[in-house]
Amino acid sequence: MRFNLNCKETSRLLSQGQDARLGLTERIALRLHLRVCDACTHFSAQLQFLRQAMQSWPGPEENPPE
Amino acid sequence: MLQLRDESAAEDAVQETLMAAIQGASGFAGQSSVRTWLIGILKHKVIDHLRRISREKPLTVATRPVEETDISDFDALFVADGHWAEAPCAWSNPDQSLQQSRFFEALERCLKGLPDATARAFMMREVMGIETDEICKELRISASNCWVMLYRARMSLRLCLEQTWFQGERE
Ligand SMILES: [Zn+2]
Repeated sequence: MRFNLNCKETSRLLSQGQDARLGLTERIALRLHLRVCDACTHFSAQLQFLRQAMQSWPGPEENPPE
Repeated sequence: MLQLRDESAAEDAVQETLMAAIQGASGFAGQSSVRTWLIGILKHKVIDHLRRISREKPLTVATRPVEETDISDFDALFVADGHWAEAPCAWSNPDQSLQQSRFFEALERCLKGLPDATARAFMMREVMGIETDEICKELRISASNCWVMLYRARMSLRLCLEQTWFQGERE
């Protein structure tokens, strides 16, 4: 595997990293890419936020009127 | 209706307790059979839950898992050299959104836009924290297709939330 990932490859690896521990090479490659890429850094934060949002989701039945 | 609401609240309470147990509350940590049993219950709950949220959505060809594991339709989100066609933005005050019921309504609308099996896989993973190999088994798809579905879900949801909530009229 190469160290220079493009954004497309990075987005896939970041998603996979949400489900399994990535290999050392992949983790290093990700870190190198994220250091220079704002877009993927935002994407990475958004994946973590999505997880947080799904865990805070009250479920479809509960939409209390405010 | 009242009864339904109460029932659902009771279910939520049970679910929370079970989830706490699964997520490694100390007493349960070593008891894999208890864990397996609890996951079995939760899976059914998730599936019921998904049926409820998708009941108004007509079935389409894309509800077949095989159609949902084709990754080529994500090519449009990237340009030829692999850069984002439209770069993801920084979302402002995401934590604040989690306090707003309108945010969760937006999230639900985005979830409804996902193909059925994709939504199901994503909910099992993110709401229940079920491992991907168990999700694959439950949905009868190959392990290699499992990550594609989760990737699809995440790419779609982030785009949908960015367009409809974070850049939309969140008031
Ligand atoms: Zn990038």
